[in-house]
Amino acid sequence: MHRERSRFLSIMLFVGFTFLYVPIILLIIYSFNYSKLVPVWGGWSTRWYGVLFESPDVWDAVLLSLKIAVVNATFATILGTLAGLAMVRFGRFRGRTLFGGMLVAPLVMPEVITGLSLLVFFISLKQLFGWPTERGFTTITIAHITFSLAYVAVIIQARLTGMGNNLEEAAADLGAKPFKVMTKITIPMLAPGLLSGWLLAFTLSLDDLVIASFVTGPGSNTLPILIFSRIRLGLRPDINALATIIILFVAVLVAIAAVILFKQQKRDLLDQKMARMPEV
Amino acid sequence: MVNKPPAPEQSKEQGPSQDADQEPLLQIRAVTKKFGDFTAVNDVNLDIHKGELFCLLGGSGCGKTTLLRMLAGFEAPSSGKIIIDGKDMSDVPPYQRPTNMMFQNYALFPHMSVEKNISFGLQQDGFSKSEISDRIDDILRLVELQDYKKRRPQQLSGGQRQRVALARALVKEPKLLLLDEPLGALDKKLREQTQFELMNIQDKVGVTFVVVTHDQEEAMTLSTRIAVMDQGKFVQIGTPTEIYEFPENRFIADFIGSANIFEGKVIETSANHLRIKTEIGHFDVEHNIEVSKGSHVYIGLRPEKIHLSKQAPEKKTENQILGVIDDIGYLGNTSRYKVRLENGRIIDVTAPNQVRPKNRTHHITWEDNVYIHWDASSSMLLNK
Repeated sequence: MHRERSRFLSIMLFVGFTFLYVPIILLIIYSFNYSKLVPVWGGWSTRWYGVLFESPDVWDAVLLSLKIAVVNATFATILGTLAGLAMVRFGRFRGRTLFGGMLVAPLVMPEVITGLSLLVFFISLKQLFGWPTERGFTTITIAHITFSLAYVAVIIQARLTGMGNNLEEAAADLGAKPFKVMTKITIPMLAPGLLSGWLLAFTLSLDDLVIASFVTGPGSNTLPILIFSRIRLGLRPDINALATIIILFVAVLVAIAAVILFKQQKRDLLDQKMARMPEV
Repeated sequence: MVNKPPAPEQSKEQGPSQDADQEPLLQIRAVTKKFGDFTAVNDVNLDIHKGELFCLLGGSGCGKTTLLRMLAGFEAPSSGKIIIDGKDMSDVPPYQRPTNMMFQNYALFPHMSVEKNISFGLQQDGFSKSEISDRIDDILRLVELQDYKKRRPQQLSGGQRQRVALARALVKEPKLLLLDEPLGALDKKLREQTQFELMNIQDKVGVTFVVVTHDQEEAMTLSTRIAVMDQGKFVQIGTPTEIYEFPENRFIADFIGSANIFEGKVIETSANHLRIKTEIGHFDVEHNIEVSKGSHVYIGLRPEKIHLSKQAPEKKTENQILGVIDDIGYLGNTSRYKVRLENGRIIDVTAPNQVRPKNRTHHITWEDNVYIHWDASSSMLLNK
C-alpha cells in the first residue's frame, strides 16, 4: 500500500518536473547549436555566445534593465514600507479603507491598462509641465515603482501583522522614543520582509515587458523589450544564449537562497535544542 | 439590604502599611475606557500603596488588561485620571512613565541577546557603560541567569524567558511594575514554583507590583490585595482572606473557590445571630452586620467548611441536614462529595483524606446516608 502510493507519487513528480524543465533544458542545448536556424542542429558550438558578447545593444539593454530594477526596488521598498506601516500601525484614520483598496489595486489591474494609463499620464504631464522630456529610464522606473510598491506593501503588512504590537510597546515601555523604536526594533524586525520586498520588486521590474513597452521611448530598450522585439522576427540562436546566461544567473541566486535558508533552519534547530537543555 | 461588612481583624497580619495619611503610589480616579460602543473599563477607582503586590483578577474580557495598559500608557482613558506618585499621567507617553511592564508573551527582542535585551532600557536613560554592566550583573544574579548573558531568547526555555522578561522590566527600577499574566505561559509545576520566586523577588526589590491574572489560585498566593473585576468594574477589593472568607456577593463567592448558595429570608434577629428560612430548612448564621427581620438574603457555604458524618453529630447544632451520597470525586488529598438532600438539592462537600482507605473506620461510600452540619460562623451572608 505504502510502496504503491510512493511509486505513484514519484511518477507524478517525474512528470511534473519534466513538464517544467524540459523546455528550459532544450533552450540551453539549442544555445550551443552551431546552426543559424534554431530548429536545425548543426553541432556543438559556443559561437552565439561570442556573437552575444559583441553586440553592444544587448549589453545596453541588460544595463538599463538592472539600473531600473535597482532604483525601482529601492524606492518601492521605501514607499511600500511606509504604506504598510500606515495601514497596520496608524489605527483607524479617515479613508483607510479607500487607501487600502487603492494600494492593492495594481495587483489585480491588467498590465495593459496600467501601462496605457501611465502612458497617457506621462503624455499629459509633458504637455502641461514640459516634463518628462523624453520617455525612457525615468518613465519606466516611475511606472515600475507604482505597481511594485503594492507588492512590497502587502509583504510588509503581513509581516507587521504577524509581529504584533508587543515588541514595539515593550521598547516604548523601556523608555525608547518613537524614532528609537522605529530604528532599533521595527526596522530590524522587518528586515526579512524588507529584503524579500526588495527582491520581489527587483524581479518584477526585470520581468516586466508590457508596462515597460508602453512607457518607453525610442532608443530605451530594457532586456525583455529587446528579446521580444528580436524574437518577433523569428527564433534566434544568440537570444537562446542570452536566455541561458540569465537562467544560470537565476540558478546561482536560488542556490544561494537555499543555502541561507538551510543554515537558518539548522540554527533554529540548534536554538531549540539549547532551550531544552537542562540548566548548566 | 446587607451593609458592607467591616474589615475583619486578621487581614492586618499581612501586607505593607496602608497608612491613610501616606499618599497612595497609584491613584485611579473614575477611569473609563470605551472602544466604540463597548465599555471595557467602567468608572473604576483604586488606590495602591507603595510595596503592595496587587492583583487584578477576572475572567477574559473583564477589562483587567485594558486597565493595565492604561497604567502603562498604551491606551488613554476615555475619561478619568491616573495619578502615579502624585503626578497626573494623562499627557505622559509610555516612554516617560515611571512604570515598566512585563508582557504576557514576554515580548523579548528576538534579535538581541539576553544582555542586550536588559540593557535596552538602561541605554535609553543614558547610563554609563560600567553602570549598565553592573546593573545587568546584579539583576541577572537576582533571577539566577548569570550564565545566559550571551544567549538569544530563542535559546532559552519558557521559564528562563520569563525571568529575562522580569529582569528587563525590573532593571530600570520602576516605581510600578505591571505584570500581564506573568506565569500564564508556564506549565503547572513551574508556575507554582515561580509564584514563590516572584514573591521573593518582589520582597527583595521592594517595587510595587500590579499583576493581571485570570488564575484565582495565583492571585491568592501572590497578592497582598486583590481586586476582582467583572464587566469593567471592581466587584470587590480586599486581601485574599477577605475575598475568600467574606465575599460581598454571590458572584465573588462563586468566582473565588466554590460555594453552595441558598436563598433565604430572615425570620429572627438577635445580637449576633440571624435565623434564616431557606428551601432546605432553618439555619443560624452568625453575623456582625445590621440586617432587618424579613429581609431577603443569600447565604453561602464553602464545601470544606461542611462536616460530613455517618452518625448524628454529638453536639446538637441547628445547622444540620440529612442527605445521601450521590457522587464522590477522589482527588487524592481531598475528596469531593455530592450530597443529595431530601428536596433533591445537591450540596458540595469537600473533606480531606487524612487516613488511608484501608484504615478508615467510617468509610463513606455511594448511597450512604450522611449528616452534614456546620458552624453558624461558617456560613457567609451575601449581598445580591
